[in-house]
Amino acid sequence: MRRTAVKNDERITLATFLQPAAYLTPFMLGILIFTVYPFINVVLISFREDYKVLSREFSGYGLGNYARVFADPTFINALKNTAIFVAAVVPAATVISLLIAVLLNSKIKLQGLFQTAFFMPMVTSVTAVGLVWRWLFNFDYGLINYLLSLFDVGAINWLNDPRYAIYSLIIYGTWSMLPFTIIILLAGLQNINPQFDVAAKADGASPLDIFFRITVPLLAPTIGLVIIVNMISASKVFMELFPLFGGKPGPAYSLYTVIYYMYEQFYVKWRLGPAAASAMILFLIVLVFTLIQLLLQRKWKNY
Amino acid sequence: MSDLVKKTLIYTLLAVGAIIMVFPFFWMFISSLKTAAEVNTSPPTFLPAVPTFQNYVFALKTAPFARYFLNSVIVTLACVTATMFTTILGAFAFSRLKFPGREFIFASLIAMMMIPFEMLIISNYSTMVAWKLIDTLPALIIPFTSSIFYTYILRNFFLSVPDSLYWSARVDGASNWTYLWRIMVPLAKPTLVTIGLLNAIIAWNSFLWSVLMINTQAKRTLPFGLFAFTTESGIRYERLMAGATIVVLPMIILFLTARKSIVTGVSRGGMKG
Repeated sequence: MRRTAVKNDERITLATFLQPAAYLTPFMLGILIFTVYPFINVVLISFREDYKVLSREFSGYGLGNYARVFADPTFINALKNTAIFVAAVVPAATVISLLIAVLLNSKIKLQGLFQTAFFMPMVTSVTAVGLVWRWLFNFDYGLINYLLSLFDVGAINWLNDPRYAIYSLIIYGTWSMLPFTIIILLAGLQNINPQFDVAAKADGASPLDIFFRITVPLLAPTIGLVIIVNMISASKVFMELFPLFGGKPGPAYSLYTVIYYMYEQFYVKWRLGPAAASAMILFLIVLVFTLIQLLLQRKWKNY
Repeated sequence: MSDLVKKTLIYTLLAVGAIIMVFPFFWMFISSLKTAAEVNTSPPTFLPAVPTFQNYVFALKTAPFARYFLNSVIVTLACVTATMFTTILGAFAFSRLKFPGREFIFASLIAMMMIPFEMLIISNYSTMVAWKLIDTLPALIIPFTSSIFYTYILRNFFLSVPDSLYWSARVDGASNWTYLWRIMVPLAKPTLVTIGLLNAIIAWNSFLWSVLMINTQAKRTLPFGLFAFTTESGIRYERLMAGATIVVLPMIILFLTARKSIVTGVSRGGMKG
């Protein structure tokens, strides 16, 4: 009985195509209109010369937008700031999160309470929490400068001095990256067979030995994943600038990031070509880094 | 190291870390209850001398936070409902229905998760202009009705359901449609709740797209409304903190009631929204 039912069902008829099409249409419409089409469109716009927003006219295809963007010191500055931000925030968040995840994974009481505390920032809006950080960083009455004064450190102009603004962004960025990173690493740790631990302890390995010789190597794929995902999200740093600096790219326009540059070219100056080119450059850089990392990880796995 | 020293060290480190994570929320709420004079004092007070709700009264009077709140609720509910619908149907097609090119299409979709949303706004903006949706709430909903990530999670769950269940339902005369809604959807309830929560958090906190789409004050959602409030109220931190509390509180309540489900969702996917 079952056999025949299966056979009837799998005979190729018009319905074989129509039914999946019907189920997929609502989903695919959204993807095609708001991901596939705009992606192709942005790639094309980035190569169009003299693209005019209103008339949609252009004189041909070429690399003009890319040349213009790379010749713009603001963009180079944006690339630099973004690179510094990624290079600071991703390792800092990974190391701190690894420590916290290992501690959370040890047999402790109040697990629920600690998890609530560490994960809560994940659900809150960048705008709202960014405003709180702006207040914490405040020069005159901010709590951070007050705490520093207890250690005889003079007040730092966190948000209005171009020398310090990027540190404020990095501190806030690291803090907001922790919950997600801890969750993923903790899940990875929980998947490691506890017998490795037991065996190592029986052999007289110290906790540090266990951590560096057993935990870290076994967790390497998860750490790699976390680094990739965080690198992608950190490279898009931009929204944080709104609450921290009132929508400006840092004090004295010193803290442009690539996406901020794109946003300004697009939404303030309506220069779609350079906007698309700058977004493409970031996308390609991140893509290359991701592929390198995936390759390295595959290589390491062979050991 | 003795066990006691070790335990003390672990708890101390965790406690310090936990305080750093939660402190901004505590400070936000405490500051929102202070008077202007008390906020601008050094050294700062850790509890308000005389707690006042004046800042909330001011915030609600100056900016239509109630209206923003309603807009956020409408947009969030619409996004979640529509996404659930497309996700359930899509995940079913990719896991149960057979059609040529299925695996190829699915792999291409996974690769597309690499494309940053920020890049697409350049083109999606013109789409919204062409559809005459600028400055309307649907503009905040329509582009966000399909999610590759959630479809991927739900498809994985659907694949874990044994085939025999499907065939026995079919033998009993159930159509694909009946099987999906009567058997699969109830089975997938925990996964669906997780997806819905993650989606609601992202929709609620969405900021950039609202800034681009909305011009009228009455159509702002909460995060955009709060950002606009910083210029409307001046940089008066006691007031800003009251506004921030209004925006953050619903998500904190959601998190406290459904922490496990949210955390499971995040750890299963290993992806940010």
